[in-house]
Amino acid sequence: MSARTATDLEIRLPALSPTMESGRLAKWYVSEGDRVAAGDVLAEIETDKATMEFEAETPGTISRLLIPAGGEPIPVDTALALFTPDTQPATQPPRAPEAASAADAGKEAAPAGGSDAPAPAAPQTPAARKPDTSWPQPDWPAATPTRPQTVRDALRDALAEEMHRDAEVFLIGEEVGEHQGAYKVSRGLRDDFGAARVVDTPITEQGFTGLAIGAAFAGLKPVVEFMSFAYALPALGQIVQSAAKARAMTGGALTCPITFRGPNGAPPRVAAQHGTDLAAWAAQIPGLKVAMPYTAADAKGLLKAAIRDPDPVIFLEHELLYGESFDVPTGIDHILPFGRAAIRRPGSDVTLVAAGLAVRHALHAAEALAAIGISAEVIDLRSLRPIDYDTILASLRKTNRCVTVEEGWPVASLGDHLAARITQRTFDWLDAPVLSATGEDIPLPYAANLDSLARVSVEKIVALARQTCYK
Amino acid sequence: MGAGQTPQNPAERPAKSPAASAGRAAEVTVEGAAQATALGLYREMLRIRRFEEKAGQLYGMGLIGGYCHLCIGQEAVPVGLEAVARSDDRRITSYRSHGLMLACGMDPARIMAELLGRATGYSGGKGGSMHMASPAHGFFGGHAIVGAQVPIGTGLAFADRYRGEDRVSFVYFGDAAANQGQVAESYHLAALWKLPVIFVIENNQHGADLPPGGAAAAPDLHSRGAGYGIPGEAVDGMDVEAVIAAGARARAHCAAGRGPVILEMKTYRYRGHSMADPAKYRTREDMHRVRQEKDAIARIRAMLTSRHGVSEDALKTIDREIKAEVSAAAETACAAPEPARDALMQDVPTGAETI
Repeated sequence: MSARTATDLEIRLPALSPTMESGRLAKWYVSEGDRVAAGDVLAEIETDKATMEFEAETPGTISRLLIPAGGEPIPVDTALALFTPDTQPATQPPRAPEAASAADAGKEAAPAGGSDAPAPAAPQTPAARKPDTSWPQPDWPAATPTRPQTVRDALRDALAEEMHRDAEVFLIGEEVGEHQGAYKVSRGLRDDFGAARVVDTPITEQGFTGLAIGAAFAGLKPVVEFMSFAYALPALGQIVQSAAKARAMTGGALTCPITFRGPNGAPPRVAAQHGTDLAAWAAQIPGLKVAMPYTAADAKGLLKAAIRDPDPVIFLEHELLYGESFDVPTGIDHILPFGRAAIRRPGSDVTLVAAGLAVRHALHAAEALAAIGISAEVIDLRSLRPIDYDTILASLRKTNRCVTVEEGWPVASLGDHLAARITQRTFDWLDAPVLSATGEDIPLPYAANLDSLARVSVEKIVALARQTCYK
Repeated sequence: MGAGQTPQNPAERPAKSPAASAGRAAEVTVEGAAQATALGLYREMLRIRRFEEKAGQLYGMGLIGGYCHLCIGQEAVPVGLEAVARSDDRRITSYRSHGLMLACGMDPARIMAELLGRATGYSGGKGGSMHMASPAHGFFGGHAIVGAQVPIGTGLAFADRYRGEDRVSFVYFGDAAANQGQVAESYHLAALWKLPVIFVIENNQHGADLPPGGAAAAPDLHSRGAGYGIPGEAVDGMDVEAVIAAGARARAHCAAGRGPVILEMKTYRYRGHSMADPAKYRTREDMHRVRQEKDAIARIRAMLTSRHGVSEDALKTIDREIKAEVSAAAETACAAPEPARDALMQDVPTGAETI
């Protein structure tokens, strides 16, 4: 084993996708002392989305491997190996710009000693931006033990538990089996339940959605995974016309116990066609229940409720939440019924109403508002059909002001609907018009600066909340 | 035929096979099974035609609203295939659904009540002509969106494969739907997983409102599955015996675990696409010729007299019985009440929201 020399460079874990925060080093293709040419494959990296290889950028020699293959996921920009270039470049190879915020943490994390020392996990978001999630939790008995779990793993556990419980539950979709899900939500399920119950489909959304609806008419309980809800659009005819309406139009002769789930909304820089929030659309359809969880515990409890529901459920996840960790109860059969909102942060001056990823924005906004003396109450709707109006209206009677928060478009939005209901039911309690923070009324643009401007943001929420408080 | 209630236990469902209904009618004493079967087929097809004619009348009188698609001329297809279907097989079809519902044993009075929007209809009056289902009869609709039932029917077969049950699913659709993307996707999925599904294309050669040949760039619809390895067969859908023979072959293929089959039934619809369609795209002479030469009911009627020696009087007796049965069904339906007001908010899974 060679000691590090002054000319050694660190090879760092690259960001292989816009939202990649960590990856697992699955396999080294090189050993210490190997000579590599530019373009030689160095290692295989497994992310929550895919397995990818990455290559040497310049010719040189691998002087030391710092991270062993097959370990736990490590943050982007963690040093993986030391590398002696043939001719030393003036600077280190450029890093992926997305990894910049984690770069310093990653550098400190690089072990000085032997290659068996694991790199401590770097914080994935700066501590100051992490919302307080230690609110009281009435969704399970007080004595229930909890453990931190990512939304991704909570969803996986919900699927696994329900599939164990009921042999008629099966998962179907693109890449759910062999590839374990485009976002690795179904990791290990095919090994546990076999290919007959974790069904890989061709890219035929209309076909497999209709097929799953037929299976549900015959009494099975399909869970349909869309790789993105953007890809549910070709199948929307089947979802709305066949699944949602079947019970009513046949007077109850046909029922459709089916769950449609997958990531909804827009991760960064995916541009117009992958960046659509279908929450308001889905909530508009009589016959569809709609869940949109923020926390891992809610994701688990709501998905289990969705699978046991005798009717169709649209279950909206978010790519940016899959990797977030929250406390999840253990040792109980955690079911969260639809139509129960949660107060994520108590407050007295203004109510912020949100669901899914927008709850995170609302919690950040509440912190910012607290800093200027405005106390915001944050309500997490958790399900959009049915909506827990009681919790919203009770909050309104206390704060007298409301800002709704959503990722989607402003016209005929959830915010508009809530503003109408709030005005209809609590007009006399209102001290200001109900305002809606939404994405801009445009197809999502690609350019980094325009992408940011198009989204609902903490700044927009804060500005609207101040407007309702006249400060 | 004609039970007032939908039986809950499939074993107790009304017998639907032509042989069984012929036996029930008890006209047959010496001709044996062949004659009994032929009489049963005649009776089944005639019931559909008289039912559809009655529905056309009631539509004309303004008692049936919205859309109403009649299958007059196409009777041999559902009747022939129901002769080979097991009672617990599954079937699903488009908006042109009345014939299949009658053929699989559903109650004409309840079907008519649904057409009239009455509480006693199969959907409690909330579905109408295009939206009825009776899982107890293995009938899963009744789908108004062109082609939607094709992947859904493929899913019925998927469910049976998943559970290891040996049913076969009969998935009916028209020649226009056969051009759809979701039908190609269904072929792919059914072939990929060797699902026990018979794709029944009722090619009445009038894809919606187009003249013959106007709808398809590749008119041989039965060979569309070749690229997926799905065998297909063109069948004279105006000849009920040919339908039965092809249906038996197809069902045996599916039941043997060899995957899907496509049957292209060449048939002919005498009326327009729907009651709203005057069908001006074809000539009177053309239709007259088809009725003279090919009509499935006339053909089996001729066969009954020539081959089986059934008397004209005996056939006229059946004609009168069927006419009376359909009239009674219509009267029962017309006398039934409209749905109660509180039915408005029922059967909506989300619970209808009010301000």
